[in-house]
Amino acid sequence: MSQDLSREAYWKANLRLLAICLGIWFFVSFVLGILLAAPLNNIHLGGYPLGFWFAQQGSIYTFIVLIFVYAWRMNVLDRKFNVDEE
Amino acid sequence: MDQQTLSLIVVGITFAIYIGIAIWARAGSTSEFYVAGKGIHPVANGMATAADWMSAASFISMAGLIAFLGFTGGAYLMGWTGGYVLMALLLAPYLRKFGKFTVPEFIGDRFYSKPARVVAVISLLAMSITYVIGQMRGVGIAFSNILEVQLEVGLVAGMAVVFIYAVLGGMKGITYTQIAQYVIMIFAYTVPAVFIAITLTGNPLPQLGLGSTLQGSDTYLLEALDNTMVELGFTEYTATEGGMSMLNMFLLTLALMIGTAGLPHVIIRFFTVPRVRDARKSAGWALVFIGILYTTAPAVGAMAIWNLVNTVHPGEIGTEEGHLAYEDKPAWMDRWEQTGLLEFEDKNDDGVIQYYNDQNEEFAAMAEEEYGWEGSEIVELDRDIMVLANPEIAGLPGWVIALVAAGGIAAALSTAAGLLLAISSAISHDLLKGVFTPKISEKRELLAGRIAMAVAILFAGYLGLNPPGFAAEVVALAFGLAAASLFPTLMMGIFMKKMNREGAITGMLVGLVTTLLYIFMYKGWFFFPETAMLPDTPEGWIFGINPSSFGPIGAALNFITAFIVMKMTAPPPKDIQDLVESVRVPRAD
Repeated sequence: MSQDLSREAYWKANLRLLAICLGIWFFVSFVLGILLAAPLNNIHLGGYPLGFWFAQQGSIYTFIVLIFVYAWRMNVLDRKFNVDEE
Repeated sequence: MDQQTLSLIVVGITFAIYIGIAIWARAGSTSEFYVAGKGIHPVANGMATAADWMSAASFISMAGLIAFLGFTGGAYLMGWTGGYVLMALLLAPYLRKFGKFTVPEFIGDRFYSKPARVVAVISLLAMSITYVIGQMRGVGIAFSNILEVQLEVGLVAGMAVVFIYAVLGGMKGITYTQIAQYVIMIFAYTVPAVFIAITLTGNPLPQLGLGSTLQGSDTYLLEALDNTMVELGFTEYTATEGGMSMLNMFLLTLALMIGTAGLPHVIIRFFTVPRVRDARKSAGWALVFIGILYTTAPAVGAMAIWNLVNTVHPGEIGTEEGHLAYEDKPAWMDRWEQTGLLEFEDKNDDGVIQYYNDQNEEFAAMAEEEYGWEGSEIVELDRDIMVLANPEIAGLPGWVIALVAAGGIAAALSTAAGLLLAISSAISHDLLKGVFTPKISEKRELLAGRIAMAVAILFAGYLGLNPPGFAAEVVALAFGLAAASLFPTLMMGIFMKKMNREGAITGMLVGLVTTLLYIFMYKGWFFFPETAMLPDTPEGWIFGINPSSFGPIGAALNFITAFIVMKMTAPPPKDIQDLVESVRVPRAD
């Protein structure tokens, strides 16, 4: 079975990756850091209540990792679909 | 050598470095002036972006803000970092592929419309000018509070330095200066934080120290802080109640995120890297460098409030030895008392200081009955002291205090320079070259850019010396406008191929107007407080939405309007749809 390597397929793959990354972005900050922070505060990470940790530390670390993972996966996609820069 | 001389020498050395860089990195072409010739390494650009983005507010005020908000202070931490995810994933690579010089230029070309470009220039100018006033103010405050130099003198010195490197070097000079400023800034921020973390917890990393136990005890720092705050009538530091409501924390975080992603002076930094994949990676590096400060800030804030409370209440609360006698207070308190940023009032004439939450009626009544307290006796406590006094609280040597002054000034100057470049390129490139005199030669355009920059610096300096009374509110306005007008329009330009001129312009205008209306309704028309139409309190806000958090609503209205208008009008021409196709792939066609 030959793979669809058209520009449309490239864009669709990009959008799928974007949806996953933005889902994680929303989940760590808005869900874990705000909406569920009160119940999560009953769990502790060292001296940090977990909800507090996500709001003031964890979400920032996740954001950094997310951007690098997205950049890395996009470079892979660029080469696969042959649209990378020389 | 006294502290003032030492501080002035350190600040003088940093200024000499900036001027040296300016002479070395002169801009010879418009491309060098606007986008540093697109030759900046992604890591270097990340560092410059971090300095560009982190303003006097991030450096001086944020930790203090968090210290007094506790858990809900996380809105600022997540909001001002999470925006980079949006920028890296949704805007930066595509705008870099577009490959021009300014944000309004993209909007004008993508929506094949000069009016669209002009609307974009207007929102850019509105947000950048309001934002730059705060920076010039920050320079003046750093000079007058730390260096004890007159505010005017400090402000003029700062303006002169920015003038030299920004007018001469444009984006190229600004970029390399920002790298130097980042190094100074981060060093000045983390050194006192590390020392305080070691003193309190024995752990040198503030990020880990905040989650550690107190030195020589089994109690966690945050747990002890929670208990102490409750004993003084406040809510627990780490608890989700207290501070702002969950709805407003949610909306404020979102407003700051999409506002950050829509700030043109940050977006143009990603035009300076050589390739699309560098733009993606560079945003990650920017957030690494920002994250170093932003993950340290919560520790600085919590440890500062802990130090403050334990200095004022050294023993069990309500007992004889639980108070600090006014005469015995440490030297740093005396010093800040002189500046008027810290004030005491011995309300019950007992010669000792009490600091507690006298707004908590139940607790205040109990304290009066049991302890004989008649109100909190720290009557003025400026939150900026939390960072500025840190080195003195930790008993660090004079050069660290000098470094903090230089760091505060570096933070304000680097952000001011980035904003001034965005302002001058909007005027010379978008208005002059793009709309009024398209035939202007490159040499004349470069000259026009330099003149626009010089005028912008003088204008910003004037506003810094004579600040309009609403300096604090305008920052919320800048973010609201970025969130409601630029971000949605840029995003639709990339992700909706069929979005047309009519949709984009009406969307942008609706976003702009609703956001302005909502802010003016509570803050007064053009910020004249007496013209406010509704009370600026949680009871007066529509659905309880704080005007500072309105950005996401404005953005949603922008999207909806644009979509409806697009459906009713003709689709964009073929060549524009091809432009969108080409922006979406990294390889040049």
